[in-house]
Amino acid sequence: MANDDYKGILVYIERRRDGTVAPVGPELLGKGRGLADKLGAELAAAAFGPGAAELSAELFAMGADNVYVVEHDLLKDFRPRPYAKALAQLAREAKPTVILAGATTQGRDLAAAAATYLKTGLSADCVGLEVDDAGLLKQTRVSCGGRVMSDWVTPEARPQFATVRPKVMKALEPDRSRAGETTHFNVDLTPDDDVGEVLSFLEAKETVNLGEADIIVSGGRGLGNPEGFELVRELAACLDAAVGASRAAVDAGWIEYAHQVGQTGRTVSPKLYVACGISGAVQHLAGMGTADVIVAINKDEEAPIFKIATYGIVGDLYEVVPALIEEIKNRRG
Amino acid sequence: MHAVVCIKQVPDTQELQVDFDAGVIKRASVPLIVNPFDEFAIEEAVRLKEKHGGAVTALTMGPLSADEALRTALAMGCDAAVHLLDEAFEGSDTWATATVLAKALEKMGEYDVLFFGKATFDGDTGQVAPRVAALLQLPMLNFAAKIAEIDFDGKKVTVERLLETGREVVRANLPAVISVVKEINEPRYPSLLGIRRAKKVDVPTWDAAALALEKDSVGSKGSFAKLERIYRPPARAGGEIVPGEPVDAAKTVTEKLIDQGLI
Repeated sequence: MANDDYKGILVYIERRRDGTVAPVGPELLGKGRGLADKLGAELAAAAFGPGAAELSAELFAMGADNVYVVEHDLLKDFRPRPYAKALAQLAREAKPTVILAGATTQGRDLAAAAATYLKTGLSADCVGLEVDDAGLLKQTRVSCGGRVMSDWVTPEARPQFATVRPKVMKALEPDRSRAGETTHFNVDLTPDDDVGEVLSFLEAKETVNLGEADIIVSGGRGLGNPEGFELVRELAACLDAAVGASRAAVDAGWIEYAHQVGQTGRTVSPKLYVACGISGAVQHLAGMGTADVIVAINKDEEAPIFKIATYGIVGDLYEVVPALIEEIKNRRG
Repeated sequence: MHAVVCIKQVPDTQELQVDFDAGVIKRASVPLIVNPFDEFAIEEAVRLKEKHGGAVTALTMGPLSADEALRTALAMGCDAAVHLLDEAFEGSDTWATATVLAKALEKMGEYDVLFFGKATFDGDTGQVAPRVAALLQLPMLNFAAKIAEIDFDGKKVTVERLLETGREVVRANLPAVISVVKEINEPRYPSLLGIRRAKKVDVPTWDAAALALEKDSVGSKGSFAKLERIYRPPARAGGEIVPGEPVDAAKTVTEKLIDQGLI
């Protein structure tokens, strides 16, 4: 099939466990709007699962021209096979030239399977996307632990498919006056696709959704002991932030792995990253180097973290962090 | 029980050297290691064997040097290894890589579980495992932090998947594809005996012909994703040490963050 038959941008809308729209969806609609306008094409959103139809108005407000609602018995919980088959069927019908999904655990799982069913390429965890006049999507990503950037294209196969790092793209201001068309798309799933049964979900004890957090306060080896995380948590609570950790702190058993930022943990891109007692090993920098603003607190003025910190404070974190907490509380009255 | 662990030899990203003018990663001068996430996959497979009996096969696609990665896997306790080696495989994207692995797994025959690390340190796509699962029509259990239960007779596995907001407990039929995160175990160091034994294992190499793959269907020709260029990440503006006593510096920084509307 000629590539000219493929038009428009399709954004997969990830939903939280309570059914609401995860923030990465509107971020991708913001970016997708720009791409669609440049191509003179439409921007569609695809929402799966029970109650998806109720999200239409919100998705129009965030920039979508069309909303595809996909509901089926096998789409109740997210499971990669039925979701990916459904997305692939929708893509064969709607023929978007570009599909975007968040580079979350769900988006990565879904997109890799869907791209395989669609026999197309997939760029992972993109931090930049641009289309040229011919409609070719340039997909910019970071690899090799943050040391290398690269631009990728999918010259022949369609759709062009990318997952995108959360918090890198900007959502539009919601415009409630926007309207669009809602289409119920019927998918053909068989009992064979019913693989994997979700038995339960163990909610994390504290907020560890590092990918969505605007502010992350992280602790490392410099804390000296597990109790040090009490101080990190106090600062985090004061900033309404998530708590992160370096590999050294996790390996020491001071905090759970779910908090680990870096190459063997999570990649994050918050507005503000506060590193307390983290020296800044290459693997850690790989996981947080795209934060907008980095504050680093460390005793060792030679620590590599200071090379990339927006604001570095050389000193004992057990003096500096309480001073930060006090100052923030004072300023807020 | 037969477990297959799919591994990749990667450049040690800490030591990585890139020729940005030529736009290539200098592989020759960089130490090559087993992708760190794959060590957790090897360890988990070997532990299953130790508990349930059976065998573990390590599988890799890569250049001649990738034999070293297989020897490491053997030294850690894998029983056999297969090296997918052909110039035609070079430049494979995740689709082409998964195509080669899937063909090799079909050729291998019976297995109960396929292990992968959650992503590689160099490419960091995390796509090969789910693509292989899609090609082989197997259940995909991504980001496993724990195997809660595995029943080889009843052909069922239950894993805890580490997601952004907690852990999903999910059960699937075997054979299944499981990708693992760091939390799942602590990989052992190869023993001297293991290293000695690993050297003696005969590792077959399979090329495109052995897998009945057309050379154009894999490698850079068989890939959908094409690299346009590689370049240095933009330098971060930063490196400002805030002057003054630590407590005063804390005040200065708080003021700056408030002024910028960050807090």
